[in-house]
Amino acid sequence: MANDKTFTLSCPAPVGTREQIVMAHGGGGKLMHELLETYVIPAFKNDKLESRHDGAVFEVAGAKLAFTTDSYVVRPMFFPGGDIGTLAVNGTVNDLAMCGARPLYLSAGLIMEEGFPLESLARVIESMRQCAEAAGVQVVTGDTKVVDKGKGDGLFVNTAGIGVVEHGLKIGPTSVRAGDAVLISGDVGRHGIAIMATREGLEFETSIESDCASVASPVLAMIQAGIDVHCLRDLTRGGLATTLVEIAEASALHIRIVEQYIAVEENVRGACEILGFDPLYLANEGRFVAFIPREQADRALKILRQHPVSAESTTIGCVEESPASSVTLKTTIGTVRVLDMLTGEQLPRIC
Amino acid sequence: MKFVDEYRDSEAVEKVAAAIRALVTRPWSIMEVCGGQTHAIMKFGIDELLPKQVTLLHGPGCPVCVTPVELIDKGTQIAAMPGVIFCSFGDMLRVPGTQHDLLRVKANGGDVRIVYSPMDALKIAKENPSKQVVFFAVGFETTAPANAMAVHQAKQQRIANFSVLVSHVLVPPALEAVLDSPDCLVNAFLAAGHVCTIMGYEEYFPIASKYRVPIVVTGFEPLDILQGVYMCVKQLEEGRFEVENQYARSVRREGNIAAQHLVAKVFRVVPRKWRGFGEIPQSGLGLHPDYSDLDAEERFGVSDYRAEEDPECMSGVILRGVKKPNECPAFGTRCTPEHPLGATMVSNEGACAAYYRYRRHEAKALISDK
Repeated sequence: MANDKTFTLSCPAPVGTREQIVMAHGGGGKLMHELLETYVIPAFKNDKLESRHDGAVFEVAGAKLAFTTDSYVVRPMFFPGGDIGTLAVNGTVNDLAMCGARPLYLSAGLIMEEGFPLESLARVIESMRQCAEAAGVQVVTGDTKVVDKGKGDGLFVNTAGIGVVEHGLKIGPTSVRAGDAVLISGDVGRHGIAIMATREGLEFETSIESDCASVASPVLAMIQAGIDVHCLRDLTRGGLATTLVEIAEASALHIRIVEQYIAVEENVRGACEILGFDPLYLANEGRFVAFIPREQADRALKILRQHPVSAESTTIGCVEESPASSVTLKTTIGTVRVLDMLTGEQLPRIC
Repeated sequence: MKFVDEYRDSEAVEKVAAAIRALVTRPWSIMEVCGGQTHAIMKFGIDELLPKQVTLLHGPGCPVCVTPVELIDKGTQIAAMPGVIFCSFGDMLRVPGTQHDLLRVKANGGDVRIVYSPMDALKIAKENPSKQVVFFAVGFETTAPANAMAVHQAKQQRIANFSVLVSHVLVPPALEAVLDSPDCLVNAFLAAGHVCTIMGYEEYFPIASKYRVPIVVTGFEPLDILQGVYMCVKQLEEGRFEVENQYARSVRREGNIAAQHLVAKVFRVVPRKWRGFGEIPQSGLGLHPDYSDLDAEERFGVSDYRAEEDPECMSGVILRGVKKPNECPAFGTRCTPEHPLGATMVSNEGACAAYYRYRRHEAKALISDK
């Protein structure tokens, strides 16, 4: 535009300053980050919150603990591969695992709408029981509330979790170093498509199941084996791309990944092609990335692959000094593009 | 994945790119018409593979981007009415009207729903007989048959609570508008493969010969697009201006006759306003008089509503391929996908959004740093 300074832009549309919450504020993308940075983080200003990790890590009476919370409002409540209960337990367990903590205890808050079938509640609670057992955690406290019909959407669940950190590693984006390998624990996109397909009544030839699972055991196995884990992050809202952008920005380093190495199941790819979605931005509930010194990557992969939930672990890229705070992807046709954070929700395209 | 992977094969892609490099002797500007192609070019960095003599211009083929602000306003007005369920394809929801977008209407309690097919909207109408169900029928020739089918079935099945807000547009008049514009830079077109799957490509012959411009019907995968570019460059270098079909695995010369018949039955050709172009004669589809009782504009009394595009809005210059999105002073600063100034920044297929999302300009700087 340098050669045309007289140009004036007078687009008829107003600048989109929003005075209300819109769905995209919950989408894990830029609007959510804006919300946190404008309203939440300044209000509660402290170093733990500002580290922007999945949970807070602190010392109490000589013990190093990790603490996290998450609320679950997923619709549909039941979907292929899981339900709101499996998410509520595994999600919080995974947040603790991403702090490098061994998950110990959970709380469960159930907000139920008048008229919600007890049979459905029983199903959700049974899912929570099974997942807690599988992850080796106990639900030790909780709360129930009932709201008037129409004031809730069946059932909302909140869980908080406490874990113990049994090592001296500082796991987080600021520990990432140039020369780290970027490991991923398996394929991406299944949870996002499973939810979307059920929610929107899309019928595919094969059912796509959510990857919802606890990833605590492979993570702890890596740490126990002495792998110098620099950063861990689960690939929930916003997916792989958004997660990597967050880490690149927080570490002021460059992350370079190769599309060809990122596994996406054939039916998930097909669904993405139809809907115009990018699997790199789809939510996962049983996938994480690990930043590991390059020379330890093979050993880490070997450990991860011993666990069913991370049997397909692989290296997808590496960390470099520059260009700082950015992520690039080598595409399947050999070109390079920059990955950006997700903007709002992915919306299905017209044609 | 079959029909995808073989068109994203790096060796095959490089082979065609090399053939283009070997062929080109002069600068040429080729416009890809369809937003889906723009998106693929950005996503895969296809322009990176082209010799510097070949410039890709991004055309007016994103239905979200060319839908005039007036229609968006009509949509938000209807969607905000009590008792209305307003159904739309997803990417229309974020497009700003003069006041607000459909997402805002939804946040304010309006019943706005994303559908994947107009038939879903019809189903919602059957399930909610006490509500008025309105479908926002936008798109090019590609979406017209499915939308026509929904209207036709609603009429046949006497579904009285269903109506459509129609903003259909047609590709050939837009190509002529681009070619007629005095600042036109286009030497050749990649025509939109999916539009031609429906319509065939006979209607492009008169345009190619009148304006002496090569038109190559092209698909959407990286290899398709590069082959389309190759065929355009070959014609240009040889001084030919013909209509050719790169996307033969999907497109037949005559198109899909059954779909065309249905479209001709339900719709008729009308003048349409385009964002960035203004009104183009005979450039859109409106409901045929036989189906006018299903016209949401009439039913909800918004047919007389007018809102003008600002003639200086940059998206018009972008849609005609005269300027690239990153040449706009607001690009990436005052105008981003979260806070769009215009529709080209909203849709996945909008040139500005594609530029922003894949940060092509920055990517080039980043890569050359290395």
